[in-house]
Amino acid sequence: MQLIFEKSRVGRRGFQLPETDVPEAFALPDKYCRKIKACLPEVSELDVVRHFSNLSSRNFSVDTNFYPLGSCTMKYNPKFTEKIAVMPGFADLHPLLPQLLGGGMLAQGALEVLYHMERLLSEITGMAEFTVQPLAGAHGELTGVMLIAAYHKNNSSLKKHIIIPDSSHGTNPASAAIAGYDVVVVPTDKDGFLDMQAYKKALNQETAAVMLTCPDTLGLFNSKIKEIADLAHSVGALMYYDGANLNAILGKCRPGDIGFDVIHLNLHKTFATPHGGGGPGAGPVGVCEKLVDFLPVSRVIRRIDGTFALDYRRHKSIGYIAPFYGNFAVILKAYSYILMLGKSGLIEASENAVLSANYCLARLKDYYKPAYDKICMHECVLSASRQLEQGVRALDIAKYLIDKGFHPPTIYFPLIVKEAIMIEPTETESKETLDVFIDVMIEAALLAKTNPSALHLAPLTMPIGRLDETKAAREPNLRWQP
Amino acid sequence: MLIPDNLFYTKDHEWVKIDGDNAIIGITDFAQSLLGDVTFIDLPKIGLIIKQTKPCATVESVKAASDVYAPLSGEVLKTNNELTSHPELVNKSPYESGWFAVIKMADETEKNLLMAPAQYKAYIESSQKK
Repeated sequence: MQLIFEKSRVGRRGFQLPETDVPEAFALPDKYCRKIKACLPEVSELDVVRHFSNLSSRNFSVDTNFYPLGSCTMKYNPKFTEKIAVMPGFADLHPLLPQLLGGGMLAQGALEVLYHMERLLSEITGMAEFTVQPLAGAHGELTGVMLIAAYHKNNSSLKKHIIIPDSSHGTNPASAAIAGYDVVVVPTDKDGFLDMQAYKKALNQETAAVMLTCPDTLGLFNSKIKEIADLAHSVGALMYYDGANLNAILGKCRPGDIGFDVIHLNLHKTFATPHGGGGPGAGPVGVCEKLVDFLPVSRVIRRIDGTFALDYRRHKSIGYIAPFYGNFAVILKAYSYILMLGKSGLIEASENAVLSANYCLARLKDYYKPAYDKICMHECVLSASRQLEQGVRALDIAKYLIDKGFHPPTIYFPLIVKEAIMIEPTETESKETLDVFIDVMIEAALLAKTNPSALHLAPLTMPIGRLDETKAAREPNLRWQP
Repeated sequence: MLIPDNLFYTKDHEWVKIDGDNAIIGITDFAQSLLGDVTFIDLPKIGLIIKQTKPCATVESVKAASDVYAPLSGEVLKTNNELTSHPELVNKSPYESGWFAVIKMADETEKNLLMAPAQYKAYIESSQKK
């Protein structure tokens, strides 16, 4: 497919300027004129429409195909949430309105959504309070670690490092480091859990926090989680819950009840808002009672008369972390999703997510080595180590799946699993879809034995064949140049 | 798997070549084979004091970004600038042209914490079996 720049023809236009009926002003001084041509594509309107319509038809999404990208929870986004987000009462509100004198009364609906959402998330996770301001999961993490730092500072306790397991998401150590802490990595034991001996050795009075996901990145629920939390608390450290895997435990167990002090959620994972792609996200942060005072301003409060207002009088607050009140439309979509599903619906979503993952694991484990052969939560991790003996890597299997109409699972993550293939089907996929996917995975495993080179060539059905990822990373060429 | 006889090794797959008061450091053939094609290397700044077992460089490959841990403590005297434009040298020649940095050793006794070639070979073999 040609680039739009390559379709450009000198003088071709998609618009007509009206004839000018005023005398021409003086020419722009030379210093304001560009020296190099802008090189914008010169195309007709039809050229543009066709170009982008064709491009969009190549888009791959949950709306078009199965997308079992492990660790990312690519769940389907029900369309009713979109309808609610564009309701004029919400969409046309000016974000400054509640900050103007008397303006709050004109934005009661939106303020109530924010207030009620914070209560719902607190209820779901067992935390005391929430802020919905952070603009993405990683932003939520940083906010959470800043809250931890503010808490320790307020107690005048000297804390230096944060403990993170080696299976963690890369954002965990990044958030800890950006907030000014050293990172101490603890390895995983042979069963796929935090190595308790190494953990105890790493833990001391200088530990500010322990950052964990539970279920962890291997899709396993750590039954020692309470013990881990108690040990952390015994040295004055706080427990941080990375909500990336909350989809597995909704209504089954609450991080706040098992000793977590701070939690961030990715609304796009658990609560079905659209995934980034550069678009707006939301990473609400919940805290236990002792951290409430440090939450960012503004806070939405409910007055005695039942009306809602913004409150800025929080002298221990870490301050502003986002303009206005977060990505409101995203929060609104997640809010609608929670209300639509209700308690029983959320629990059922988790149950089905876990069931789907275990079904995939059960049918695939004779063909791919499971990273840890036990009941998993919402995702399962396999290894292509058997296939590697035939010279077939996880990457080759991923590419083969593309040919068969599936988005590949996550590969080479978590880093501690050799040739990792991480499958997260989510709750919305039917058994029929899972079966077709599993059959193709089995087909790939058999091909690896009989005809490995077929896998090395994949994908063959795409507009572009196998990309040279090394060359792309070493010599990135990201824009068209004349 | 190449494990030259004249080097010392760490559990995190770095190698050290002792050269008088100085030490040349890099990552092992085993490390580069696990990483896959290396695409970017973040080297320590010259003059930086690095501490044994603490991160001192980052290697990015098509699979992941990984920390490189200082095998010994000391001051960074020189780094391999070639790696900036040719990260593939780490894959092609991990022990020669793919070296990372030269450091002035701060504490000779730290050498005792490193592995000899035979030990390192046994260590890799045992970790492979897992």
